[in-house]
Amino acid sequence: MIQNLPILIPISLILFAFLSAFLGVMRFRLSQSVALLGALISLVMAVFGLNHVLQEGAISYHLGGWPPPEGIEFVLDHLSAFMVLVITLVGFILLIFPTRPGFLMDEQRGVPLYAMVLMLIAGLCGVVLSGDLFNLYVFLEIASLSTYALVSLGSGRAAFSSFRYLIMATIGGSFYLLGVGFIYFSVGTLNMADILQHLPAVYDSPAVIGGAVLIVAGIALKMALFPLHTWLPDAHSYAPPIVAAFLAAVQIEVSAYVIIRFLLDVFTPELMTATVPLTTVIGWASAAGIIVASVIAIAQTDFKRMLAYSTVGQVAYIGLGIGLANPLGIVGALLHIMAHALMKSCLFLIAGGVYHKTGIKNINDYKGLGRRMPWTMAAFTVSALAMIGIPPTAGFFSKWYLLLGSFDQSNWVFVGVILGSSLLNAVYFFRLIEKVFAPSEDKVEKGADSRGELSWRMLLPIILFAAGILVVGALNVFIVDRFLMPIVAGF
Amino acid sequence: MDSFFSIQPLMAVLVSLAAFGLIILFRNRPNLREAVTVIAAVSKLAVVLSMLPDVLGGRYPEITLVNLSPDIGLALRADEAGIIFAMLASMLWVVTSFYSFGYMRGLSAQRQTRFYASFALCLSATIGLAFSANLLTFFLFYEVLTVATYPLVAHKGNPEALAAGRKYLAYLITGGVVLLGAIAYTYQVAGTLDFNAGGFLPQDTAVSSLAILFALFLIGFGFKSAVMPLHSWLPSAMVAPTPVSALLHAVAVVKAGVFGLVRAVGFVLGPEQLHQAGALPFMLAAAAVTIVVASLLAMRQDNLKARLAYSTIGHLSYIVLGLALFDAMGWTGSMMHIVNHGAMKITMFFCAGAIYVRTHFANISQLDGIGHKMPWTMAAFTVAALGLAGVPPVSGFISKWFLVQGTLNLEEFALAGVFLVSGLLNAGYFFPIVYRAFFKKPGTKLVTGEAPLIMLLPIIITAGLSLFFGLFPDAVFGFYELAERVGQSVTGGGW
Repeated sequence: MIQNLPILIPISLILFAFLSAFLGVMRFRLSQSVALLGALISLVMAVFGLNHVLQEGAISYHLGGWPPPEGIEFVLDHLSAFMVLVITLVGFILLIFPTRPGFLMDEQRGVPLYAMVLMLIAGLCGVVLSGDLFNLYVFLEIASLSTYALVSLGSGRAAFSSFRYLIMATIGGSFYLLGVGFIYFSVGTLNMADILQHLPAVYDSPAVIGGAVLIVAGIALKMALFPLHTWLPDAHSYAPPIVAAFLAAVQIEVSAYVIIRFLLDVFTPELMTATVPLTTVIGWASAAGIIVASVIAIAQTDFKRMLAYSTVGQVAYIGLGIGLANPLGIVGALLHIMAHALMKSCLFLIAGGVYHKTGIKNINDYKGLGRRMPWTMAAFTVSALAMIGIPPTAGFFSKWYLLLGSFDQSNWVFVGVILGSSLLNAVYFFRLIEKVFAPSEDKVEKGADSRGELSWRMLLPIILFAAGILVVGALNVFIVDRFLMPIVAGF
Repeated sequence: MDSFFSIQPLMAVLVSLAAFGLIILFRNRPNLREAVTVIAAVSKLAVVLSMLPDVLGGRYPEITLVNLSPDIGLALRADEAGIIFAMLASMLWVVTSFYSFGYMRGLSAQRQTRFYASFALCLSATIGLAFSANLLTFFLFYEVLTVATYPLVAHKGNPEALAAGRKYLAYLITGGVVLLGAIAYTYQVAGTLDFNAGGFLPQDTAVSSLAILFALFLIGFGFKSAVMPLHSWLPSAMVAPTPVSALLHAVAVVKAGVFGLVRAVGFVLGPEQLHQAGALPFMLAAAAVTIVVASLLAMRQDNLKARLAYSTIGHLSYIVLGLALFDAMGWTGSMMHIVNHGAMKITMFFCAGAIYVRTHFANISQLDGIGHKMPWTMAAFTVAALGLAGVPPVSGFISKWFLVQGTLNLEEFALAGVFLVSGLLNAGYFFPIVYRAFFKKPGTKLVTGEAPLIMLLPIIITAGLSLFFGLFPDAVFGFYELAERVGQSVTGGGW
């Protein structure tokens, strides 16, 4: 049973996706319950898998019994177990959020949505579990296809942004596939472990270098690495809240995972730092992205759009950690994946809940909400402080490791960027905190029905995320020592 | 000096953290909510005092919780410097609690739950940073203090208060960021962050690294301790309710900045290393300029709280100047001035608040003859004014004596002159208030008497403390003994 976990996780999610759709057609309320059950099962498997990996090492599953390098391999090692845990945990908590505020449509029309979300989760799990380059591409496209559909369901110019995203992500995917082709021509295998063995002999071949560049460029496009981020703000701000949360929290980060995986286990750090300065490019592009995105975020008045730009900046932190290409940098990047997943999900759900309850989208209208929704706004404050990087939240500790990594490299510019961006984040989040807790002048005007706290079903996932931010902060050393250090042990 | 495991430091932090939760829980029952504040304040003081005999006996209660970063624990340890600050803060929290009940109810202020809850959180953070055993723990509490004070500064919620809050955050978050850089760099250089009397940087640290670290720490903590030109948030923050100005802007927050400098100079970088690198004169100069300029600016303020704020800026730099003296006596003076200035300045803020509650007067020019109507209040004010000007037997004299001795030991006569001139300037901006209060004819509108007893008693107690610390600096709390030990252990010298 345990040995089959690498395949069971994505397969069961796909199974539940079908179940959710079929049962949903009969009784539409069932679709969410079934989806939630599926996500819970995958979460439980992820926890068992992680535990097993920590106790006894990686699990390799050979599809159809064909051993690699000929057969398809699924691998649950430290890195993929960590990522699967983040994906399924965030996915599960997000699915608790009710349909109407979460997808902006009623339960009846929402039936196919849950199937698509499960497909998205399955695709992402598949990406991180794949042991070969082509399979990774297949799962990446499964995830992307569900994303296009989900984004297009949003409000405003959602359909247009979805189409634009489709074009951009497809270009990214094609670059990746082309790069994989180059690698395959050079070494004649697609299995990651196998490539790692054979590739160093041909590092100076133009095909390998070209392949590496194409792969990183393609993934950077999907990761919205500055300046390839232009599709993201539209797609994420028009998408329904749950979708936006899932994209910002997990989907983008899985692209970052792909780069980390290539850096550590496919190419060796040598190829990506010494032979071709790919990590350096990623690092500096990210450093610029952090600053630019934060400045643009300050100028936004729509809350979700501000969050979308903030995502560009936050993902760039992960890119910066990759750019450092040292153990502390990667640890910081991975911890930031987890921290950012929690805080950004929390914030998008709050945006969705507040919009549902009061119709407020604009930052300026958040005035006085602290009094009306004390719990929601307490959670908001926690996530906002985490975004700024105030201890003891999770957001502080990921920055702390990135900072140590930058000092390790004596990269003073990165130090300045990490520190300076905290100030920029403080500007746009404290602006909101100030509004939220300032006394509101127009209590009467908004009408009686717009008052009061969110319903408990909306509140529950929000509070869970906020609590998670504090727990991850308090337990960061446990996570770093147990989960993350083994990943970078090879450095 | 050895340490032993004890949960006392943790208890001291948790008491007010628990109060934070309970205050929110009892938000609809004001009496219970305020009872929680008092109980927490008193038990916090009791816990802190219970550690005093051990610390005086040379044993430090210590506890390490989870790790914050590999090799760096969330560690609390009550050493001499820490317990001086903790005793001061928790002692004054008790009196401030009573005072703020009178003040907030007297003005029927809004959002009192948020006020008391933030206050409790601030105190929790203050004690936490007093007892922090390493820089990262210190930073954690330092940032919590910054954030928790924000709602108190912006309490009134009017545009002026919000603007002050924004300014406060802009200054202090910037300071925090600079500080974070300093801490990470320290870790890079030294491989540890545990405080150690006399500093823990390796002997072979390059002068350039030392200079960068010193500059970063000085700027980072300079924001909170309002060293010029990083001071301007403090006068603006005076829009906060008076108990906040009194406890936080005279004692907890700004002293947290100064205490940070104590830790950075004395326990991280080491005065000796800084002295040899020739870095200390920069700090001396900044402090000396701040003392003189702040005193001159204080004279121009008509708003009583603004004048007190500038006076605070000046007196904080007394402490900063003492820390920059590589001399045990100077350090002793600084540590004592942390306590003495706290007691005296809080008295003055309390007086300003009492006057405001009774008369709604905020300006000095309105105070003609107020001494006849509020004799006790103004008598307390006079005691504190004398002390800050350095007149014996009030406690301000003693700390100043040591500070001047410190400058003379180093033959820095110009700096001794700064202290003497500043004494005159202090007299120059405080005595006119006393003169107006007692010797001018009251205006026609003055019909009220003393503030209610719940406000008056704290005033008299803190004024009494100012006298008590002046007459018996070593009694009961052992402040003098503790300060002297800090000075000697940090500078490695005696006298």
